[in-house]
Amino acid sequence: MKRKDFLYLTGMGISATMLSRMTAMGHPVMPGTVLRDVDVALKKRMADVALNAARSKGATYTDARIGRYLNQFVVTRDKNIENIVDTESYGMGIRVIANGCWGFAATDKLDNDSIARAAETAVAIAKENARIQSEPVRLAPQKGYGEVSWKTPIEKNAFEVPMKDKTDLLLSVNDAAFKNGASYAQSVLFFVNEQKYFASTDGSYIDQDIHRIWPYFGITKVDEKSGKFETRSSLSAPRGMGYEYLIPRESDKIKSQTTLYRDRYDMLEDAGAAALQAAQKLKAKSVEPGKYDLVLDPSHLWLTIHESVGHPSELDRVLGYEANFAGTSFLTLDKWESKKFKFGSEHVNIVADKLQPGSLGAVGYDDEGVGTKQWDIIKDGILVNYQAIRDQAHIIGLTESQGCCYSQSWQDVQFQRMPNISLQPGKTPLNVEQMISKVEKGIYIIGDSSFSIDQQRYNFQFSGQLYYEIKNGKIVGMLNDVAYQANTQEFWNSCAAVCDKNDYRLGGSFFDGKGQPMQSSAVSHGSSTALFKGVNVINTARKI
Amino acid sequence: MAILTEDECKAILKKALSYSKADECEISLNGSDSANIRYARNSVSTSGALSSSSMAISSAFGKKLGIVTLNEYTDEAIAAAVKRSEELAKLAPENPEYMPFLGPQTYAPSAKMFVPATAAITPAQRTDMVAQSLNVAKENKLTAAGFLQNSTGFSAMMNSHGLFAYNTSTDINFSVTLRTADSQGSGYSTKNYNDVAKLDTLAFTKIAAQKASGSASARAIEPGKYTVILEPAAGIVLLEQLYGSLDARSADEGRSFLSKPGGKTKLGEKLVDERINIYTDPWHPDLPSSSWSGDGQPQVKRSWIEKGVVKNFNYSRYWAQKKGVAPIPYPGNIIMDGGNQTLEDLIKGTEKGILVTRLWYIRPVDPQTLLFTGLTRDGTFYIENGQIKFPIKNLRFNESPVIMLNNLDALGKPERTVSGESSQSALIPPMRIKEFTFTSLSDAV
Repeated sequence: MKRKDFLYLTGMGISATMLSRMTAMGHPVMPGTVLRDVDVALKKRMADVALNAARSKGATYTDARIGRYLNQFVVTRDKNIENIVDTESYGMGIRVIANGCWGFAATDKLDNDSIARAAETAVAIAKENARIQSEPVRLAPQKGYGEVSWKTPIEKNAFEVPMKDKTDLLLSVNDAAFKNGASYAQSVLFFVNEQKYFASTDGSYIDQDIHRIWPYFGITKVDEKSGKFETRSSLSAPRGMGYEYLIPRESDKIKSQTTLYRDRYDMLEDAGAAALQAAQKLKAKSVEPGKYDLVLDPSHLWLTIHESVGHPSELDRVLGYEANFAGTSFLTLDKWESKKFKFGSEHVNIVADKLQPGSLGAVGYDDEGVGTKQWDIIKDGILVNYQAIRDQAHIIGLTESQGCCYSQSWQDVQFQRMPNISLQPGKTPLNVEQMISKVEKGIYIIGDSSFSIDQQRYNFQFSGQLYYEIKNGKIVGMLNDVAYQANTQEFWNSCAAVCDKNDYRLGGSFFDGKGQPMQSSAVSHGSSTALFKGVNVINTARKI
Repeated sequence: MAILTEDECKAILKKALSYSKADECEISLNGSDSANIRYARNSVSTSGALSSSSMAISSAFGKKLGIVTLNEYTDEAIAAAVKRSEELAKLAPENPEYMPFLGPQTYAPSAKMFVPATAAITPAQRTDMVAQSLNVAKENKLTAAGFLQNSTGFSAMMNSHGLFAYNTSTDINFSVTLRTADSQGSGYSTKNYNDVAKLDTLAFTKIAAQKASGSASARAIEPGKYTVILEPAAGIVLLEQLYGSLDARSADEGRSFLSKPGGKTKLGEKLVDERINIYTDPWHPDLPSSSWSGDGQPQVKRSWIEKGVVKNFNYSRYWAQKKGVAPIPYPGNIIMDGGNQTLEDLIKGTEKGILVTRLWYIRPVDPQTLLFTGLTRDGTFYIENGQIKFPIKNLRFNESPVIMLNNLDALGKPERTVSGESSQSALIPPMRIKEFTFTSLSDAV
């Protein structure tokens, strides 16, 4: 599911018919039933049925993923609770190599016969497709871990929080917006729990319990007289956390033009501010197009990092596996092999990570049974590495996978997905105020909005939620109709400073789309506020 | 799961409803079998098969609704699920916007959405179809990446007021991108049908091959306003932003490009060029769609934009009641009228312009004007004096489909195409548009 589809869905109301057709989203179930655990011993027995069935049909490698994917949406609109939906999706996906070729089949019937039949189907598909394969799959070696487990380190399981607490919070959020003059308010809580069991013929039996949370709102102010309207969306981040993310903590607040949030989010406070700012946006000055220095807050910069660094360093794109849909990449192998491709300025250090606590990408093991880790992608501005999985590792000379394999559910085949990709904070002390004081003509941008980038990740355009004009080191007022366009390499080479670690925060995407059929993945991107010199800004106001 | 017949669905749903003790109850039953092959680097990459089904039970007491689904259809499992949905409804908060389920409906017979040959596709047949596409790539020394997926499904619903609806459908979807060995050229083709017999993977891959070879060594041109010819696969991604946004409630609430000062809307007003006609027709032979919507309302032939005038908005059942009008469900299909000119005719009639194969990464910029941004991709060519002169580098646009359809120059013959953004199909003509706004160059191939 794409982010825009999610927003559309929550905006229109979820009917039972609609949900039952959205198999990837699972089936609605009764609250409370989602808290049952599936016995690990049972999962091991079911997985062994798949591994043995595939082996008996000629598979040389098999992995089985038994997934129980729980989602909870709580959606409010103005004074009403629009939807409370719990969904559960439970089944098994079986991936095999036979005749040197991948095959995959999935089933939501988990009796022994159905599992064996799915395993046989996967082998049959692999053998059939081997006819049109040019070279056999080469898997990087992976030791079996035996029976192990991993859990997201949450403090408060969101699925156990009483529903009334959640609906009360959201109705209070809408109310806070109305008190400050909002015309319309929509707010959403979205919780995910992936209970994933992985078994492979390498000898791994891995049980994982993964939690994610995303509070979101959109506050709209309409000026009926002029017929104009503006919306300000929440400055929250989706996180790999429990309900504790929604319990505000003063030490996690950063005072700026509006309050910004580290590891705890004050949804009520942000909604009140949003209503005032939506009204201010209606009266803000329309930007004069031209070159500006951009001061980009982490609530905005995460998306620029995601699109312009995260995606082009995915090895499957570099190799051409995504050429028909998501695209290829300008970060070709020759640039990496040269060891001197200057992706960005010396301030640009980008790390790939699957470990960071509270992040969306943090897991113990990926979806092909590889233990997770952290590594450099861009070091002192130079491209040094990519993101790879087992069948790609040999192409970049690795002897083991980097643990980037993921599938959105048991019913989709796993493939290479982005780990957390984060800009490292500056090493010398620098705060946002000091950064702005050095800017003569600039724009300070907070929050994410419109985003678009070409299929090789050269040319991008981004917008934000809030734009503040900087003149001679000072913020002089709010701007509107702002979008910036740049070439990725020029943009990152224009990075003149990154604030220190005190300003570091995580942003992220709940619905990063890739693959055919398209799959969603959740990923975080950390940074401190950063300064980019002389970026092209356009004015987006038009008349119809 | 096997595709259930109408009688089989009716029997299961009747049985399920017999357990209901709620004020009202509505139950839907859906299932599908699908399979796909993905290929890249001139070789198969991943592939898979999936069979799944689901029953959704909605029970309501007053304005309180509970929903439960299951995929096990024994009497005991269904009875327990009905009971759970009733318990859930009793616990749910009242929804002031809740609308009671519909009474019995009369649906016209559905068009032919189900084609037995598509439902019977085997793994070997899929592999053969992909092999044909791969051969074109190899013969032309190009590199192919593509996707072929077929699916078969059924949908049924029944409620305690006597409503019953049923349909089946098949679908086959194909897309391919060919790139030159030096990655300097790229070409794309995509098609979607109900009937596998219409899908010629060889012919459509040849189109992509021509575009790939022809787009190598592209030249840069200055961004600015240009006459463009949007092929249907390019035009659909902008048009769907327009016909997918004809929502009455957001227009009435003042937060839509269809809103006007003083709380008024543009319903009944001329929005775009008078040659624009966009409508829904569930019985169109080239794009059959269901004769009922997801909530059980009959789908009928309906105009959305007629001679440039906005004829209808979508009204949810709640909003329609509040406004005292009839509800209008979201369309099951979209057809845009055109002319008789082929794409080649449109090119011949162009003095200076740009031919666009595909638009990509379409995102909203300003909802007030329905402004979107995105880029050209996989075959962009400069036209002069009625001929394609040379390939050009890709460009970013910032444009509104409303402005675009006001700058209409000519329409070609409509054809069935599929959106690379939403995967939805529509019948769209190639369009020649004046003063289309490109704002920057891209180095991407």
